[in-house]
Amino acid sequence: MTPIAPPRSPRRQHGALNTELYAWLFMRVSGVFLVLLVLGHLLVNLVLGEGISAIDFAFVAGKWASPFWQVWDLLMLWLAMIHGTNGLRTVINDYAERDQTRFWLKMLLYVASVTTILLGTLVIFSFDPCPAGQPADLLPSFCRAS
Amino acid sequence: MPNAPAGTIYRGREGMWSWVAHRITGVGIFFFLFAHVLDTALVRVSPEAYNAVIGTYKNPIVGVMEVGLVAAVVFHALNGLRVVLVDFWFQGPRYHRPMFVGVLGLWAALMVPFTVRHLMHVFGG
Repeated sequence: MTPIAPPRSPRRQHGALNTELYAWLFMRVSGVFLVLLVLGHLLVNLVLGEGISAIDFAFVAGKWASPFWQVWDLLMLWLAMIHGTNGLRTVINDYAERDQTRFWLKMLLYVASVTTILLGTLVIFSFDPCPAGQPADLLPSFCRAS
Repeated sequence: MPNAPAGTIYRGREGMWSWVAHRITGVGIFFFLFAHVLDTALVRVSPEAYNAVIGTYKNPIVGVMEVGLVAAVVFHALNGLRVVLVDFWFQGPRYHRPMFVGVLGLWAALMVPFTVRHLMHVFGG
């Protein structure tokens, strides 16, 4: 019997961090959380009440006046962006055959993802539901009180 | 020299097609997510700017496209749970085919009422 040739990819160094294993695990753990976060988001914004026809600045302001929805949307933003970035990283690794193409596509992906996560986080934390000098009929009703 | 058989193509069954659909819906949802974070960020510009852009979501053509987006999200969610069960449940690999049938059934059961409800909102029913 001829011995089977050793695999071309080198074995992992003992003690080295197994990034791909953690990426694989992250997809499953974040996926389960995202099912709850995203389906809850769709239920509240599209199904209950007046659905899409009720969504405007006052609707978003009404939600983000509560820390509950701020935390919900922040978790959803981070988990969905990292889950999607890792998914697209896998797709790029599968289909982009040239080293240079693969490298630059992934760099573009990472820059776009980090920018979007930071922008979304900044918006959630710096949001003012009752901005000064704006027409009152566009603002949530609680801005008029006091 | 023997000829290579012409026109052979790997055609997996439920396993391959669920993987293809998971990949396509995943990439589509991710590109929408970029647009969605940007349009939501307009709440920091002004109420008028946000309301103007969110108005496009209420357009009847875009409203019908939203049904497609939700269909992609619901499929990706249910099939993702199936992938988790295949990977972590000891009976998962054995039942991956019936679970895929279950994913499609549950997907249809959720999408029919959602589509009716959403199109009522879009077309003002």
